[in-house]
Amino acid sequence: MCDTCGCNLTPGNKHLAFKPVAKGATAVSVLKGLLAKNDDQAAHNREHFDRRGILAINLMSSPGSGKTALLEATLTALKDEFTCAVIEGDLETENDAERIRAKGVQAHQIVTGTACHLDAHLVHDALHHMTLDGVDLLFIENVGNLVCPASFDLGQHLNVTLLSITEGDDKPAKYPVMFRAADAMLLTKTDLLPVLNDFDCDKAEAHLRNLANPAPVMRLSARKELDMEAWYAWLREQLAAQRARVALGQSRRPAIQSDGQKLHSVTA
Amino acid sequence: MHELAVAQALVEQVDAVIDQHGAAQASLIRVRIGPLAGVVSELLATAFPLAAAGSRMEHAQLEFSHAPIRVRCRTCGAETEAAMNRLLCGACDDWHTQILSGDELLLESVELVTDTPHPSPLTPHPQNV
Repeated sequence: MCDTCGCNLTPGNKHLAFKPVAKGATAVSVLKGLLAKNDDQAAHNREHFDRRGILAINLMSSPGSGKTALLEATLTALKDEFTCAVIEGDLETENDAERIRAKGVQAHQIVTGTACHLDAHLVHDALHHMTLDGVDLLFIENVGNLVCPASFDLGQHLNVTLLSITEGDDKPAKYPVMFRAADAMLLTKTDLLPVLNDFDCDKAEAHLRNLANPAPVMRLSARKELDMEAWYAWLREQLAAQRARVALGQSRRPAIQSDGQKLHSVTA
Repeated sequence: MHELAVAQALVEQVDAVIDQHGAAQASLIRVRIGPLAGVVSELLATAFPLAAAGSRMEHAQLEFSHAPIRVRCRTCGAETEAAMNRLLCGACDDWHTQILSGDELLLESVELVTDTPHPSPLTPHPQNV
């Protein structure tokens, strides 16, 4: 879409541009995503990943739902199979990066200060502190937050959203923007189900479907290493799919952003 | 509150539009926002003056057009309105739907004030009127 010559005007949106204005003023139609600059940077990040055949996964959840514990178990289980790297996002401390490094895996900590989410620029800066050659899987652990991270594309290929069973099964209904963005939903800490029996895994899944989201739902416990195999199998499958895409010169954006755009008409 | 980050992105974009059109300042900024974009218009309106302070749009009015949530059913083809956490087909209740509108976060248009008349494809040049 061109912003200089007016060719982004269509019969559908022309009325927005040609609205009469006060004398001395000009109305210009822009019709550009508000986060276009972030999205451009995200596309650039994605090129970095695709060039090296890396699959990048954005992990999102509320604080304390077990993102880092999931990574610890996953990195240990897959260490002979794939080379992994991790970007950690937190408001403060290197704690999470240190936990990952203790597994012998490359980790870069982004300390956001007061920012409640990662954006594509922060991730890009982090990439320049890392050795990406030879990496198969890059996990980006977003800031623990069910609101803000959902609105910013980082250049990842897939979003994985965690929901721990200590939180409540109606979280997808309460945070629809976040859960709509999920390419996979993990119900974590399932070892606690016997004591926290008011969490209904089927209900959580039904709330996700109400968001028109077909994402697979996996129930697991990283700490007790329960039912982790489906998650590992999904990662292997997604990495194979990413390699197939790269071989064809294609890429992938998280499901929420790939379709739909072309369906949108700008007219009300 | 990520709306401040969004407001900063908005200011950068409007700034680029002002440059492109050789204008002096922006007087009105219209943003189209859907509930599924995850940005609250009231908070964005609060954050905007902070992001715009000292810029060429600090006196601009920020206006929102709200995009309703509409879905198209992949099963029965119906196009219906939906609620934010219930994106089901209004006709057959199926969840296999696609979003038609409601997740937009768009800078829709900007009204610019020019010090000197500037030819633009969008308004007739004064000499030609």
